[in-house]
Amino acid sequence: MTLFDLIDGDIATVQSFTGDMELQSRLVEMGILPGIRIRRIKTAPMNGPIELKVRDYHVSLRQVDARNILIEK
Amino acid sequence: MTTPPNTSWVALVGNPNSGKTAIFNVLTGLNQKVSNYPGVTVEKKIGKARFADGEQFDLLDLPGTYSLTPESMDERIVTEQVLNWIHGNNPPSVIVSVVDATNLSRNFYLTTQLADLGIPVVVALNMMDLVIDKLEIDLEKLADDLGVAAIVPMSATEKWGQKKLLTVIQKSRGIKNHENPFPIFLNDDISTALNPLQYMFEREFGYNERMSTAQALRLITRHSTLEIYNEMSSNGVPTDSAFMESLENKRQDAVDILEDLGIKHRIMEATLRYEWLDSVLTAAKINIDPQIAETNYSEKLDGLLTHKFAGPAIFVLMLYFIFQSIFTWAIIPMDWINSGVAWFGNQVLNLMSAGMLRDLLVEGVIAGVGAILIFLPQILILMFFMTLLEDTGYMARVAFMMDRFMTMIGLHGRSVLPLMSGYACAIPGIMSTRTIDSWKERLITILILPLMSCSARLPVYALMIGAFIPAANVFGFINLQGLTLVMMYFLGTSTAFLLAKVFSIFIKVEGKSSFVMELPPYRTPLWRSVFSQVLNRGKLFVVNAGKIIMAISIVLWFLASFPKVDDPSGNENSIRNSYAGKIGRTIEPVIQPLGFDWKLGIGLITSFAAREVLVSTMATIYNVESDGEDVIQLKDAMKSDMNPKTGMPIYTPLVALSLMVFFVFAAQCMATFAIVRNETNSWKWPLFMIVYMNLLAYGASFIVYQGGLMLGFG
Repeated sequence: MTLFDLIDGDIATVQSFTGDMELQSRLVEMGILPGIRIRRIKTAPMNGPIELKVRDYHVSLRQVDARNILIEK
Repeated sequence: MTTPPNTSWVALVGNPNSGKTAIFNVLTGLNQKVSNYPGVTVEKKIGKARFADGEQFDLLDLPGTYSLTPESMDERIVTEQVLNWIHGNNPPSVIVSVVDATNLSRNFYLTTQLADLGIPVVVALNMMDLVIDKLEIDLEKLADDLGVAAIVPMSATEKWGQKKLLTVIQKSRGIKNHENPFPIFLNDDISTALNPLQYMFEREFGYNERMSTAQALRLITRHSTLEIYNEMSSNGVPTDSAFMESLENKRQDAVDILEDLGIKHRIMEATLRYEWLDSVLTAAKINIDPQIAETNYSEKLDGLLTHKFAGPAIFVLMLYFIFQSIFTWAIIPMDWINSGVAWFGNQVLNLMSAGMLRDLLVEGVIAGVGAILIFLPQILILMFFMTLLEDTGYMARVAFMMDRFMTMIGLHGRSVLPLMSGYACAIPGIMSTRTIDSWKERLITILILPLMSCSARLPVYALMIGAFIPAANVFGFINLQGLTLVMMYFLGTSTAFLLAKVFSIFIKVEGKSSFVMELPPYRTPLWRSVFSQVLNRGKLFVVNAGKIIMAISIVLWFLASFPKVDDPSGNENSIRNSYAGKIGRTIEPVIQPLGFDWKLGIGLITSFAAREVLVSTMATIYNVESDGEDVIQLKDAMKSDMNPKTGMPIYTPLVALSLMVFFVFAAQCMATFAIVRNETNSWKWPLFMIVYMNLLAYGASFIVYQGGLMLGFG
């Protein structure tokens, strides 16, 4: 499953990124790499970006990009 | 670099939201100079600080970044600077790596990249006040393991630790760590793949082993690192096209080898570095797998502040409160300034003997500058709220909540902050679009940004509303004047959104968009920092606006006062026949359909330098006209100005409305377009903006005035 499928409030572990996702360099630099646990907190108003907790901080990213992050519960 | 060589200077580097700027403020006090990096409008902040023994040094505050591989424009600046340093181009004697103690692993990532550079690194472990009872680590061992000179715990908010930091910085100068090997273990496959690149760096630039490994890793992570080398040639680094081609080929070879091995080159450096870093942190007994299920206070607060329905509602209420307060709170200091200027003008009148110089001072300079000074309280209040929203961390939430809506109209969640800064001034707003990494969305944000009503329009709105809109209440609780003001802001903003959509359909520019944004914890702002930012902006407004306004007021006074015609019948004629009057009457036929007379015509021309000049222009015109022994009130003068033929007031509420609408849309402030030219690197876009905005202004004003007349208003 992907991060997109994760329900708000659930915790999962990042497995890998799909495709040639440009974004992955930025994500890994911020410490979002395979093996790290993340919690999906919420979805922004109007079905906007999602908010995650990873390591010691909160970060948001768009739902389109969440589809490219494979996870395991 | 303006820092002269051979003196020691110190660089502050850190993640966004690490409290870097707070430390900068604590160390330098108000002794700071803000300028731009050559060629780009990224803010460059240099301050002077002192060691305990009184020795002074320069401190450079670099833009916030997560790594040394560039993605946004701000990060590019950091990478370029760093690359210059390692090529011996006036490197700092010490790099202070600012680390947020509540968020260690991600912050240390950048620290370990800095430690590769061969320049002593001192870690300022900031925000210790938030974790003091939770964090018990052997800092000396950790510093050794990370390869930094020292780790200094401190709190910029509570102002402790900065003395220790200064001492450690002073001691760390001159420490050499060039000979340390690259700390991260690379297996044979990776080493073999990196080898040709490393060798090239060592041969061409004389990098040591650690530096060449680090740069080789960075180069294969992102193609943009290659572009930085390309631009290095301007700094005396030999990067001719043959070299660049060879570098590019070697990079591609390495990438191919790694991909064949199933190693993803884009995430290789981060994966290796974090693996190593996490093991170092674990050895130092730092929990790197924190309780991500734990809900902190920010998250609880966000339960309300970014709630599906409550969040946006609170945001709108907050905006409404800010704009209402601009009108209600500012009244008292505005009255003080008003009477102060009048008193000052009268003092000059009494002290000086009658003559041209006195007329110039009182009618031109004092009346003109005073008319602008009066709006300073409103501008300061607006700046204060903007800074507060930014420094508490709320602005990031606004971007988070608005991203979906912004994407729908062709913009980006990160467009919200620039657009809101646009309410203060388009120039910093346009400059802050640099955080939007996609060029198309950034360009569109720039194109519509001047439609956000900036503080320079506030004097015009305030004058017109104060003079012509009654202070009545609607439904008993909404102030009509405040409502009119909010409507002007709404008109500009909604048109901006509409045009963003239109532009996003018609403008074909390449650019991928993403939205990876940190939501920093809510923090009590550092009041000192808030006030210094507000003060700086206020100073900038007074000095910049003051200069232009003073010059225009003087020129205008001459144009309005000459040629002197001896006309005993009245003063009205003398200004009508002056040079300024002639200019105004020449363009009168063009602006008459909008309801503007020749006096406003003069104001429109002068307001092309800066919008608020309209107010000082009108003040100068009426003061020259009255030619009296008193500094007159502009508001009253405009209200009582009668058309000599009809005996009716020249300026009606409808004219005021038409003028305000004109100012909502018109492209007037030339400084804005100079900045747009810089940011877009061509005259094409600023010219496009000037044309579309002025057409819009004329059209909208025409509709308001003619429509109003047809409906029987005015």
